[in-house]
Amino acid sequence: MDIFAQVMIDGLLTGMLYALVAAGLSLIWGVMDVIHFAHGEFLMVAMYLSFWLGFVGGIDPVISWMASGVFLFILGALTYRLVISHCIGKSAMPPLLATFGLSLFLKNFCMNRFSPNFRILQDTLLGGKTIMLGSITIGLPQLVTGVFSVTMLFALYYLIKKTRLGWAIQATAMDREAAELMGIHTDRIYLLVFGLGGACVGIAGGLMTSYLAVHPEVGGLFGLIAFLIVALGGFGSVPGALAAALIIGMVEALAGFYIAPVFKYVAVFMLYLVVVMVRPKGLFGW
Amino acid sequence: MNNAMLEVEGIHCAYDGVPVVHGVSLNVSQGEIVAIVGANGAGKSTTMKAIAGLHHPTRGRIRFLGQDITQTPGYAMIAKGISYVPEGRRLFAKLSVRENLELGAYTEKNRAVIDQRLEQVFTLFPILADRAKQVAETLSGGEQQMCAIARGLMSGPKLLMLDELSLGLMPALVEKVIATVVEINRQGTTILLVEQMVQEALEIADRGYVLQTGRIVQEGPAKALLASDSVRKAYMGL
Ligand SMILES: Nc1ncnc2c1ncn2[C@@H]1O[C@H](COP(=O)(O)OP(=O)(O)OP(=O)(O)O)[C@@H](O)[C@H]1O
Ligand SMILES: [Mg+2]
Repeated sequence: MDIFAQVMIDGLLTGMLYALVAAGLSLIWGVMDVIHFAHGEFLMVAMYLSFWLGFVGGIDPVISWMASGVFLFILGALTYRLVISHCIGKSAMPPLLATFGLSLFLKNFCMNRFSPNFRILQDTLLGGKTIMLGSITIGLPQLVTGVFSVTMLFALYYLIKKTRLGWAIQATAMDREAAELMGIHTDRIYLLVFGLGGACVGIAGGLMTSYLAVHPEVGGLFGLIAFLIVALGGFGSVPGALAAALIIGMVEALAGFYIAPVFKYVAVFMLYLVVVMVRPKGLFGW
Repeated sequence: MNNAMLEVEGIHCAYDGVPVVHGVSLNVSQGEIVAIVGANGAGKSTTMKAIAGLHHPTRGRIRFLGQDITQTPGYAMIAKGISYVPEGRRLFAKLSVRENLELGAYTEKNRAVIDQRLEQVFTLFPILADRAKQVAETLSGGEQQMCAIARGLMSGPKLLMLDELSLGLMPALVEKVIATVVEINRQGTTILLVEQMVQEALEIADRGYVLQTGRIVQEGPAKALLASDSVRKAYMGL
């Protein structure tokens, strides 16, 4: 029983992190109908930034996540301004190909610059620390990252649902032309949304380096899982992304422990296949 | 026409190279109600969109209060005092009535002004006050139309452009909505409207234009148009 609870908690914490990564993707899709293929590589960029800030600058991830959040916001906004804004609107294909190209570029750039080696920060503030909850051991870096990710997710949700700016974002998603008629500069809303999507992985990637290694392929796996979560949760839904992320985190942990570690992603993709066959619009899709 | 608020001079509009509006000129003076009437596909909405900055003309000029707005983007029109209530209402379906109205005043940063405008539109359309929390897509067609007009008023426009208000409304409701338009005008807002219900529109308008396959074929005081044989034959089935 204790072991089961332990596995569940580990899964939940992973899921909480996934939720923030997926929320950025979901937001971009929901507002702009753009599949951001380089989302995972943005996460990788954030992790490298955090790693180098820690390794060279001695800045701990508990501080440097702010810098990677801001940096990835800017990277997202720039990507919109320089790439996406030129190819959006006609069909879904051009932005998809453009971001796919960007993902290849970023991955290979890091491969070339930083080698394929796994790099992990030593002696971080949280690294290796645990707290005990009865007989359950909770890794402090995982806990902090998970709780912080969900907090950010709620902040994002609040922004979208409760503020005038958030209503403008929703209005732009629902009917861009009508939003323009309200005086909403929808091009700027798109810029902001791409920036926010970047900030989500910027913060997530910044925190993760407390306990996870960075390497050029790290974005691929996280990106893929984020796609699964967004598809499971229903495109564009932040609460859906949270629920789906927690489910995926737990399935991954349970399969990894009770079947075999190599099976954890098999289980995740099986679950995905089953759900998509039964409910093509996702668990919480409309 | 030097005292004109809005001057449209010979605009041509095309979609993907296919011309649909061929040199339309019209003007609207401060305080007027001006109606554009015409058959389906005549180019009424295209003309309205050109004025609202959603679709720029290929030729010609549009001036508002003496300023050239031909190439002004749509989002900048609200700040100039032009508000366009588009054909088909185009409410933000999943947002509440209240949120839709708030967005109508999106460029207004002064909370007190927004609250005062909310009060004004709730006085004009009391039903919207009761429905403030309701999601827009669940409103009845009539309520949606009122919400669209109210949203268009939230910016406190100088010129309110209304496209096909009567669409899908029962006759009694059309009368009510039209009466509200007169009331809005009486309170000082200039109005440019497009209508299929030619009689109803011309009855409240000061002047009118008849648009046919992208050209103005007749214009003048609304009363004269109402009395004209060609208008009565073509649009009122008399
Ligand atoms: N987005 C578009 N793309 C291509 N053609 C269009 C587009 N919008 C309108 N048209 C064409 O332009 C012409 C004029 O359309 P418009 O909507 O201005 O007519 P209208 O007078 O408003 O008609 P209605 O009374 O039916 O609303 C029509 O032939 C229409 O098919
Ligand atoms: Mg029309």
